[in-house]
Amino acid sequence: MSFDEIRSRAVSEWEALEGSDKTRIFIGAATCGRAAGAMALFDVIQKKLAEHNVEAIVGQVGCIGLCYIEPLISIAKPGRPHIYYSDVTPELAAQLIEDYVINDNPRPDLALGSTGEGEIEGIPRLFDLPMLKPQVRIALRNCGIIDPENINNYIARDGYSGLVKALGMKPEDVGEEVKKSGLGGRGGAGFPTGLKWEFCRKSPGNIKYVICNADEGDPGAFMDRSLLEGDPHAVLEGILIGAYSIGAGEGYIYIRAEYPLAIERLKLAISQMEEYGLLGNNILGSDFSFKLSIKQGAGAFVCGEETALMASIEGQRGMPRPRPPFPAQSGLWGKPTNINNVETWSSVSAILQRGADWYSGYGTEASKGTKTFALAGKIVRTGLIEVPLGITLEEIIFGIGGGIPDGKRFKAVQTGGPSGGCLPESLLNLPVDYKTLAQAGSIMGSGGMVVMDEETCMVDVARYFLTFTQDESCGKCVPCRLGTKQMLDILNDITQGKGKPEDIDLLQGLSKQINAGSLCGLGQTAPNPVLTTLRYFGDEYEAHIKEKRCPALACTDLITFYILPDKCQGCGICLRKCPSEAILGDKRLVHIVDQDKCSKCGTCLDVCPAKFGAVVKVSGEEIAVPSEPIPITPAKKGTEDSPESSVSDET
Amino acid sequence: MTAEPDVARELAEILSHYSGAKSELIPILQDVQEKLGYLPEEVMQRVAKFLRLTDNTVYGVSTFYAQFSFTPTGRNKVTVCRGTACHVRGGARILAEIERRLGIKEGETTDDLEYTLETTACFGSCALAPVVVINKNVYGRVTTAKLAEILTMAE
Repeated sequence: MSFDEIRSRAVSEWEALEGSDKTRIFIGAATCGRAAGAMALFDVIQKKLAEHNVEAIVGQVGCIGLCYIEPLISIAKPGRPHIYYSDVTPELAAQLIEDYVINDNPRPDLALGSTGEGEIEGIPRLFDLPMLKPQVRIALRNCGIIDPENINNYIARDGYSGLVKALGMKPEDVGEEVKKSGLGGRGGAGFPTGLKWEFCRKSPGNIKYVICNADEGDPGAFMDRSLLEGDPHAVLEGILIGAYSIGAGEGYIYIRAEYPLAIERLKLAISQMEEYGLLGNNILGSDFSFKLSIKQGAGAFVCGEETALMASIEGQRGMPRPRPPFPAQSGLWGKPTNINNVETWSSVSAILQRGADWYSGYGTEASKGTKTFALAGKIVRTGLIEVPLGITLEEIIFGIGGGIPDGKRFKAVQTGGPSGGCLPESLLNLPVDYKTLAQAGSIMGSGGMVVMDEETCMVDVARYFLTFTQDESCGKCVPCRLGTKQMLDILNDITQGKGKPEDIDLLQGLSKQINAGSLCGLGQTAPNPVLTTLRYFGDEYEAHIKEKRCPALACTDLITFYILPDKCQGCGICLRKCPSEAILGDKRLVHIVDQDKCSKCGTCLDVCPAKFGAVVKVSGEEIAVPSEPIPITPAKKGTEDSPESSVSDET
Repeated sequence: MTAEPDVARELAEILSHYSGAKSELIPILQDVQEKLGYLPEEVMQRVAKFLRLTDNTVYGVSTFYAQFSFTPTGRNKVTVCRGTACHVRGGARILAEIERRLGIKEGETTDDLEYTLETTACFGSCALAPVVVINKNVYGRVTTAKLAEILTMAE
């Protein structure tokens, strides 16, 4: 079967599906959707449909990125748009089948938005929602829209037309096209992709390799997982295009074992490609032959680094080595090798499908195109987004992400994972591109973006990242192996109230040495979280060191829980819930926290009824409490009915 | 405990899928880990022989990667995410509470071989932070109060 035939079949299959006279129901079933309960919906929906004897198409799609309101389902009745519903419980799913599929009430009160032709009164367009409107989805173009397990869905949406176009061009012209697009490596460094390919193509030798780096190890990052789960063929097509341009006959996808669903979908996608003649000898009748295998990582963060990754594929300890020689000259088994990250490969297929000029129309002069980000932490709308470069942090966090939950105040945003830094409120208007983030002391990184609020202690965050890099340091370079250990010890001391004024200088000195004395990115950038928190949140370090106080009330060694004697009503809830049995008291007696037993878990604060508000968490101050339970001060009469007002009035 | 002949049979079955190329070391060890739950010493020696590698090399590689364990693991694997998003949303409290409930520390297995407690850098399910994974089931937005229920479901 020629590709034209494959495509026309896929297109008719897609059109038949879209124009079907049956209702179509799609469930977002990526890892995050599944964790939120998506798989249980299949059964409920099928059962309900069977009950009413209704035939419908029920399928799964990837993640559209609205992770905060998963699970999501969409229902499209014949000739009508797809209507999306969020936070779908099994009960709600059954209700929606009843109301919309059977009784034709689309429930605008429950609907999130609609896509496709036609509109339904009272339901906004999905892509007009504040989280989606500012986005430009290129790498993620099909995520949440197609069935990732059906190659025909991908082909019907221009899939593999980029490869067909590339195969009709000279290999070097394909590289030129990518160069012209301005695409930079989306793994974090932003190095021009087309140029990287050129180095490898020009390297002497007949045997060359391409690698897809899917060892997404940054904590707080899930772009690659979502993309591979939602649209694996977009990535695979990119790999083929790159291999053709470089002259590589073999390729590897190095993916972390923690992503079982992504691995499963990649395996399936590869077998589908083989079936269609998109892998193997003489791909689509051309002279280009290519073999692709999956290698699973075994749990080592440093393997995200190019040279360590290749060592791991070769079956060795995943330790980096000095460069030069660069992988383009001597990589896997000593052969010229080109490594790009998942998102880069997906952007490559889009660029070949739609042209370099189209792609470079997005972004800024210096940073072209789009970038995906995983929004997480203390933010209202967590999820996966893709935005044009040059957008400000504020537009991302407050526009797309909806700001900080529970009325709390924004404190910092962490970009670039353990290699990046924490940026403060004063930099929220910073346009996001490779250069500006680096100037601010952070990095773009692979796309993790963790938002922190007033309850996050920045010294603790720095300590957290150092714990991570210290743990993941492979041990080859002494400054990284031992330097991070020393930095971590100092940070532990500071968060435990044992910090000394000279610690700040020591941290800065060590940072310089670790940066200068480490072979790979892990060590070179490990001090970044400490340096940026020192630069922007120096006052928090000072408070910990000089006043033994944690302003965010987060460092357990520096906080104390007290029960205010004038507010405690002796209800006993905290006493019963305390896991450490650290609360003394009895009915109608003021309760007391036994500070020697208290594990600072905060359960008492969580469970104390809001109308009493008797438990407080403080740092750097002492509150006078009785040494043993005494009779309570009874609340004023009538407080049972209006508790909020009176209790605080008394103080 | 698995009897010795079973281990030999399992290993032979695993090795039958491989050609003996040195680059197959990690995939073989991953299969053994998956099947047996840990890497027994004699198995590592046999793998070394199969790939014509020294015992040292196999030991060096297997101790480098976090995925491999050298003592038997429990029937249920509880993995707590310590990613950034989980951290800022109280992941440390969750880990402490699980440690208290199971009576073991991170990296340990209960004496009755029921539970092994591990942590991972990040599951990439940050939107649902804090996350706990029990035997490949992902539990999101975990609270200390929800833990009792989640842990019993595993049994």
